[in-house]
Amino acid sequence: MQSADVIVVGGGIFGSAVGYGLRREGLNVVILDEGDNVLRASRGNFGLVWTQSKGVGVHRYHEWSCESAALYPDFAAELLEYSDIDVAYRGGGGVELLLGDDELEARKQFISNMQKQAAGSIFDCEIIDRQELQKFAPDLTLGEELVGASFSPHDGDVNPLLLLRALHTAFDRRGGRYLTNRRVDSIDHRGSDFTVHTAQGDFTAAKVVLAAGHGAPRLGPMVGLNVPIRPQRGQVLITERARPLFPFAMGSIRQTNEGTVQLGNSKEEVGYDDGTSLDVTRKIATRAVRCFPQLAGVRLVRTWGCIRILTPDMAAIYDESATCPGAYVVTSHSGVTLAAINAAHVARWIAHGEMQPGFEQFSAQRFDVQAAA
Amino acid sequence: MYKRLPEGDDLSVTFDFEGESVSARPGDTVAAAILVSDAGHTRTTPVTGAPRLPYCMMGVCFDCLMEIDGVPNQQACLVEVRDGMRVKRQVGARGVDE
Repeated sequence: MQSADVIVVGGGIFGSAVGYGLRREGLNVVILDEGDNVLRASRGNFGLVWTQSKGVGVHRYHEWSCESAALYPDFAAELLEYSDIDVAYRGGGGVELLLGDDELEARKQFISNMQKQAAGSIFDCEIIDRQELQKFAPDLTLGEELVGASFSPHDGDVNPLLLLRALHTAFDRRGGRYLTNRRVDSIDHRGSDFTVHTAQGDFTAAKVVLAAGHGAPRLGPMVGLNVPIRPQRGQVLITERARPLFPFAMGSIRQTNEGTVQLGNSKEEVGYDDGTSLDVTRKIATRAVRCFPQLAGVRLVRTWGCIRILTPDMAAIYDESATCPGAYVVTSHSGVTLAAINAAHVARWIAHGEMQPGFEQFSAQRFDVQAAA
Repeated sequence: MYKRLPEGDDLSVTFDFEGESVSARPGDTVAAAILVSDAGHTRTTPVTGAPRLPYCMMGVCFDCLMEIDGVPNQQACLVEVRDGMRVKRQVGARGVDE
């Protein structure tokens, strides 16, 4: 039996960021990860640090995303210091491209709704027209149907694979224990301690954090936690490396720091099937070329499917068990965007009980059905 | 460094590599013809700019990328030589033109 102050179940971007933050708070932390053959949103995602679409119906979640984006420059610098890995964070704003007047009108309506919801609080997203978009990238040829974009100054991107590696490396160098191939079979709660059982041995700690993505709904009920998440597939297309073409982050077309262009953003209800399909990849590629005709000559080298982790209202769940205090669940679709705040405020909440204003809104209790009168 | 096997001294194909004329055997791949002509590196990498030569010679490693007849990032180990072909080094990442 190995012991620790905190056991984090799940070593993706979410669990690694929280685990890294807990270690930074001086706690003895062990992260238990599964093997390579499980669903891993952390290895298939798009790499956006994104706020402009976040927080519909839960404005605190929009603010929370902006707060994390604001922490990112220092967070990236800290990861570089402790891991020697540059995660290629690029801030300065990001755009969602709009093709045709219908998309423009829908986006205007969305922004108007979000501003009403914000009621004077932060929602910095505006429509820019074609000419303003061209100013961001004077050499870029814009597709004829491109009428403009929505722009948020908080948005940006990062290399998500390097982010995951930097988190693991920094966690390790600061004295954390990351163990792979440790699928958690069950969790017991006795007295004030949790015992986590794996085929490779048992682990005990006063606190256990579920950051296991789609593995969390199975584990949650063992410690009195409800984890209402569902899968949604997104397909990603990868091009050969090209010289820098897009000097800013975009919602569905993203050029990495190394020149690869990622295309994506499909939303498919296909359960846990992480395959790809020709009809969807064709739609993604066609839309990209309608936005930027220059992409037509660039070759694709890979495609993949990846399974998002969606809560019923798309906002994050941060919760502590009422029946098993010391057991926590942390989960969201937006592991990349939230990595900075997960390593900071979420780690301090778990370590010391410090809660940011409005943090209680992220409890999964918000989904409890009210009994009919 | 590389030598041809004794059979096959029919060097009847001629193509251009960075302004130099290279002779090759019909059926050679571009990568093989350039390796045997000892013409130096065939590409530089997009990330660090390191010079590279073809490595796997079977279409897997992508270290043999070259610009062939104006098309960037071709796998030279999978393209057969043709008379009059114009071959250049792939220098870093390709540009994106219309």
